Amino acid sequence: MVNYFKLIALGLITFFAMIAANYARDLAYMVHALLIAGVSFGLFIWVLRGVGTKVVHPQDEYMDDVIRFGVIATAFWGVVGFLAGVFIAFQLAFPVLNFDWAQGYANFGRLRPLHTSAVIFAFGGNALLATSFYVVQRTSAARLWGGNLAWFVFWGYQLFIVLAATGYLLGGTQSKEYAEPEWYVDLWLTVVWVAYLAVFLGTVIKRKEPHIYVANWFFLAFIVTVAMLHLVNNMTIPVSIFGSKSVIVWAGVQDAMVQWWYGHNAVGFFLTAGFLGMMYYFIPKQAERPVFSYKLSIIHFWALIFLYIWAGPHHLHYTALPDWASTLGMVFSIVLWMPSWGGMINGLMTLSGAWDKLRTDPVIRMMVISVGFYGMSTFEGPMMSIRAVNSLSHYTDWTIGHVHSGALGWNGMITFGALYFLVPVLWKRERLYSLQLVSWHFWLATIGIVLYAASMWVTGIMEGLMWREVDANGFLVNSFADTVAAKFPMYVVRGLGGVMFLAGSIIMCFNLWMTVRKAPAKEASLTVAVPAE
Amino acid sequence: METYSLLREFADSWMLLFLFLFFMAIVFWVFRPGATKEYRDTANIPFRHEDKPATNEEART
Repeated sequence: MVNYFKLIALGLITFFAMIAANYARDLAYMVHALLIAGVSFGLFIWVLRGVGTKVVHPQDEYMDDVIRFGVIATAFWGVVGFLAGVFIAFQLAFPVLNFDWAQGYANFGRLRPLHTSAVIFAFGGNALLATSFYVVQRTSAARLWGGNLAWFVFWGYQLFIVLAATGYLLGGTQSKEYAEPEWYVDLWLTVVWVAYLAVFLGTVIKRKEPHIYVANWFFLAFIVTVAMLHLVNNMTIPVSIFGSKSVIVWAGVQDAMVQWWYGHNAVGFFLTAGFLGMMYYFIPKQAERPVFSYKLSIIHFWALIFLYIWAGPHHLHYTALPDWASTLGMVFSIVLWMPSWGGMINGLMTLSGAWDKLRTDPVIRMMVISVGFYGMSTFEGPMMSIRAVNSLSHYTDWTIGHVHSGALGWNGMITFGALYFLVPVLWKRERLYSLQLVSWHFWLATIGIVLYAASMWVTGIMEGLMWREVDANGFLVNSFADTVAAKFPMYVVRGLGGVMFLAGSIIMCFNLWMTVRKAPAKEASLTVAVPAE
Repeated sequence: METYSLLREFADSWMLLFLFLFFMAIVFWVFRPGATKEYRDTANIPFRHEDKPATNEEART
């Protein structure tokens, strides 16, 4: 019965998407309408062929196939996002890479949001989807709630990524940093996100453990807060139902404030709270001992969510924003240092009594360095939010260096650690294919990040100093182009750091692939493993 | 009074006080007597039910 409704709905979507493609007012919208028509027509055929077959959801088994897809998507989008990053890094160093024949599609301005969204939302988002589904099942001792809804969340999210990425290249963007997708893509993400919340919360509600493990608190805060941020920051009115352009309801400084309230909490809840959920599960698992202090983890959680939400205004020092608001943002950013370091200490001290594992297990080394980078960037961030420091660092490459020590170091490394943990478990292998390759990945990634962050510190501070340098008569000494010329060597070093990080991630993909193909299977999982009497 | 000033005054007085007290209450609650034993059990959740969900008999123990 449900299948008939699905068929009717998919047929109608295909039909209206084709009408929309016909009346489309711009290229991005037309391509998206055709894409949606194609996808829903494909789904129509797929549902039609499946009518009559019944999908079973055995409640005494975990739903792991969707997580396997999530792991593959994470690795795939990771490489895509890193590759885009390396390419645009070299575009900055060598502008000739902004090819004439690709002007308007593949120049830096179009590719930059593609890179940021690919790494944050595609790589990071899929990592969060996969790990949250894994962790919530294990720590609730229950199968995912909602049957096939988890599949809808996964594929719906991939569609969102494809719509966002193609939109950027074709010019369908609302020019809000990290919230670039246009109105219809935003609406689609809202639908997917509500389904995600339902699956996650449903599983927590039907849990068999009396307590909700701390990792689930962090994941839940991430899902709920991102929903709220997304809705408020994307309050737009489309110019036409047949076009991608829309106009935001906020104006002027309010729009700026809402944007950075969104922007900083995307960092705080997407890239921090969600990944802390990973930390609180995978570090104890890999170290084979419970978290250092469960009390500290609870205080960490509440302090983090109470403070992060106020830190946004530090992105708008020395602008039209009222002074009190930017001071508020600055003070809360500095206070935020405490829970951040509390969490870092909690993660690191989980290894107390098992420090020898650092020598033998490159996966735990990866997780530990990720927590180290978390500590480093959560120290650097509050410092940069101080108004006086910000006057030097803002608009320079220092900011970019800071973001990447957090994103590559903290988010990247903890995700790699989680992937190395998950693949043998999910594909029922005894171990990883090669620990030596994990070591290679570890060192390539670490040295890559160090090259990246160090070159950006140098070029950022140099740039900031050059911009404010005045001669005896009070005239500025340097033109903007002078700073660009002076930055060239550091840009090349940054690009090379990116190449190393990318190379490490390709090694990881090879290693994970070979783990599935070649590593010995776990005996218990083989269906034919009947003991001979 | 206009909405902005009203909300502003509420935000930096009663709401601030409420959020602060809420947070302090959590901190005290975490250190309540008997919490250590309970949290030790909770912290071990990741090491249970690794391969399959809990059956109904062993639920909520």
